[in-house]
Parts: sequence; structure tokens; C-alpha cells
Amino acid sequence: MKKIRIGSGAGYAGDRLEPSLELIEHGALDYICYECLAERTIAIAQQARLKDPSKGYNALLEYRMNAALPLAHKHGVKIITNMGAANPLAAVEVVKRIARDKGISGIKIAAVYGDDVFPRIDEYRGAAVWETGEPLERLAGEIVSANAYLGCEGIVEALKRGADVVITGRVSDPALFIAPLVYEFGWKPDDWDRLGKGTVIGHLLECGGQATGGYFADPGKKDVPEPWRLGFPLIEADENGDAFITKVVGSGGVVTTDTCKEQLIYEIHDPSTYITPDVTADFSRVSFTQSGKDVVEIRGATGRARTDTLKVSIGYKDCFIGEGEISYGGPNCVERARLAREIVRRRLELRAVPTDELRMDIVGVDSLYRNDAAPLPSSPSEARLRVAARTKTREAAAAIGNEVETLYTNGPAGGGGATATVQEIISVASILIPRADAEAVVAVEEV
Amino acid sequence: MRLWELAHSRTGDKGNISNVSLIAYDEADYERIRRAVTAERVREHFKDVVKGEVTRYELPAVGALNFVMQGALGGGVTRSLATDKHGKCLSSYLLEMEL
Repeated sequence: MKKIRIGSGAGYAGDRLEPSLELIEHGALDYICYECLAERTIAIAQQARLKDPSKGYNALLEYRMNAALPLAHKHGVKIITNMGAANPLAAVEVVKRIARDKGISGIKIAAVYGDDVFPRIDEYRGAAVWETGEPLERLAGEIVSANAYLGCEGIVEALKRGADVVITGRVSDPALFIAPLVYEFGWKPDDWDRLGKGTVIGHLLECGGQATGGYFADPGKKDVPEPWRLGFPLIEADENGDAFITKVVGSGGVVTTDTCKEQLIYEIHDPSTYITPDVTADFSRVSFTQSGKDVVEIRGATGRARTDTLKVSIGYKDCFIGEGEISYGGPNCVERARLAREIVRRRLELRAVPTDELRMDIVGVDSLYRNDAAPLPSSPSEARLRVAARTKTREAAAAIGNEVETLYTNGPAGGGGATATVQEIISVASILIPRADAEAVVAVEEV
Repeated sequence: MRLWELAHSRTGDKGNISNVSLIAYDEADYERIRRAVTAERVREHFKDVVKGEVTRYELPAVGALNFVMQGALGGGVTRSLATDKHGKCLSSYLLEMEL
């Protein structure tokens, strides 16, 4: 029975590069897929593209491709990635230039786009926003981007047309991994159970090292060998979608049923209904079996018909966030941090700084679980006050950090290491649109 | 006994919703954990953080529960004022719960 091997090259935009190179060289792969496009990242990329029409793709595209492309070419591994972000066509130009610089010829590089529905955003004014339940037109901030999550069909088309490298804009994360399975095994677009299995494969691979002992270690309880050279996962799948997950022999990390279980449930809600553009997958009966060292068999995924809609991520100018921090140490440090907190709160009131929300944490005491009232288990040797506020203007945001910084000469004894920052915040709202409103477009170029 | 002795956990985020898994190391402990760790108890445990409902989903085939907590992330990762905007550290707090 025919089998293919797919590696995970990256789990987020800024992920490590070395594990993917190790996979290409030693993983006996057919495909390597780099998932690099978080929900908000494309809105920020869209703004970069507006400033410079040749930009708007992943900032690490050149860094990654300079190393990965020659290796992938040498080992006959195809590359699939969403590093195209807001500008897959410009990303293709970058990869063409890298290929020429490295003396690589006779390869095809494809762009997959069609996800950008910003030009027709006015049609969706009445659509309900998932985050708020209110119509899109009630959104206060200026909309800067709107991208639909496409399924695997554009990538499959690119592979059919002989692409060695496929660079997409917004597609669902699992689609990057389902596409080679659909293409290689000729799965039908309504073969829901196989697409459900492909979705679980994609879900396990899409976060890189999170399936191989990354984000897992808890010393003495869950130990991970050589985490500093953590390897990334690969799967070997057959035409039925039955698969095992493993990593390159000799790499750091660990693949166990426990690492797989943590990743299976990561970022899902109802396990029986995981909605993607390609299929409604059912994870609820998935099980794992350890069949060897760092080898885990995946069983039990199924699927149901896909929905008639696509999810669209809308980026909008939301607010500003101003922040300031300052540390206190030694005897009574928590009390001095609490006094500093009260001073900042009062000063912001005296100056009538307008904020939509103000939050004041003491890092080391209550910043994670908001349990300021709980008795401290022991007296810490340091405490760091952190003040953050959401504001409508940059000026008000700047006042937050300023009133923390002035604690140097106007606050409790011994404050140190003050910082102050202001960020403009692009937030994301999600709506559903008819499936036919966004269709994948494929452009293939040869070098 | 803290849950940390018997189970492990990972947090995920979608908008203002946090999901926290609870996975028995030994699947033989799953039923005991399932009986003890109800959605209501988890809601109470996270009362300082979670503003909305908590729904529990069961995954017996992997000996795990999944708690989906609404209104848990200070408005969502982009606009939250928290240091831990994703709520990644919530999983460790669940493991503090006494069984």
C-alpha cells in the first residue's frame, strides 16, 4: 500500500528553523509544511502590504527558504506553507529569486490566494460577529483586512499542476497537511471520514514541537530528553488515512501517547464537532497506541459533511494599550508594590486619564490568577508592579507608563527597572460568509 | 491529593474562550477524575478569572476531559490587558485543584 510522509516545519510565525532542516535531511519526507499564520498576523501583514506592495508575507520567509529550499530540492521534498500571508504572489517572487541565487532550476512555485474578501466587505455589514454576537457594522474601529479561511482545494490544484513549492495566504491550518493526502491518494472531496482522519493528522502537526515534547516538560513529572534540540513531528499515512506520528531518530524531545493527547485537545471545543473548511471532523473517538520508542499510532477519527459557510477573520483598528512596570525587592517588597499600585491608580484619577479598562497586577503575586485576596504562601524576595490600560488615544496610553515611571522619584522606596510601552492594537472579529464568496486562485511559476 | 499527581493539562485559546484539557496519566484514573471534576467545580476554581459559563466535554478514548470556559481571556488575546493574554498558565492552575 502506498504511504506518504509529511513533516511539520513550523508551528507559528517565529518558530525555530533547525528542526525542519533536520526533517528534510533525515525524515525520508515527501512533504514539509510550515504553519506560520496566526489569526491576527494576516491583518498586520495586510498593513505592511499597503505600505509596500512588494511586502506583506512572513518576515522569516527568506531566512527559512534560503536554508530549506536547496535541501528540499536535493532530497525531493515538496514545501507547503502559508508564509504568503497577505501577499502570496510577492512571496513567490522571493522564492524564485532565492532559487536562482542558489542555482536551482526546473522547479515550479505556486501561489494560492483568493482568500482576501476585503473588497466586498460592505456586503457583510449585517453579518453577526462571533466574538460579540453583534452585527459587523457595529464594530467601532476601522476595518483593515478580511480574509476567508480556504480549504485544501487550492493547494491540491497547485500540486496537480506540478508545484514543488506552494505558498498560500489564509487557509485553515489543517488544510496545509490534508492537501498532500488528498492529492497523493485521490481522496474525494466528500470522503468525510478520510478527511476527518486528515484533519487529526493536520491538527497534530500544525503546532510543530507541541506534539514532540515541546510545551510539555514538567521536571520530575513529565521529563523530555534534550529539549534544547527538540525535533519536530512527522507522520507516515496510508491511503485510508491511517497513520503513525514520530520524529527523526536522534533528535531531542519525545513522542508518546501523552504528548499526542495534549495536542489533540489543544484549541478545540466540542471534540465531536471540529469545523474546518474541508470537513466537520470528529475527534471524540480518537485513540493513540505507543507502537515503539517515539512512534504513536493514530486511530478513530471520523468526519461529517462540511458546512456551507467559510469563516472570515476581519482585522480592525481596535484601541491602544499603554503599559508600565516597576520592581521592588527585599523586606516588605509586596507592600511597597501595593502602595505603588495605589499611587498610580490615584494619580491617573487626579489627571483624569480616560481609560476603557485599567488592570494592575503584582507579578509574582496575582498577575496570572487574579487572586490578590489569597494569602501568600511565603514572603517573596521580589515583586513587580504592572499597570496596563486600554485607551482610545495614544496620549492616554502613554500616560499609563509615564505614571509608573514617575514612581522612581515619586513613589515608594527602592523601585527599579521601570519600563513604559504603547501599542496600537489590531484586533480580530470573525464572521461566516457563503462558501461561494471566496474561491481559491492558483498561479504557478517556473524557475 | 492535587490533580497534578494524576493528570496533565494544556490550554488553548479562541477569541475570549479558553479550553483547558485534563488528561489522566493512567486511563484507569479517568472515571474517578470524571466523577470529581465537574464543570461546576471548575467554574468555582477559576471564579477570579472566568466570567462566563464552563462546559465540560468527555474524551473517554484518551481518558481526558476538555473544559471550555467562556469569557476567560480578558476580551481575547489581541486586546487583553493580562500578562498571559492567551491564558496559557490556566492549565497549571487547574492542576492545583484537590481531588
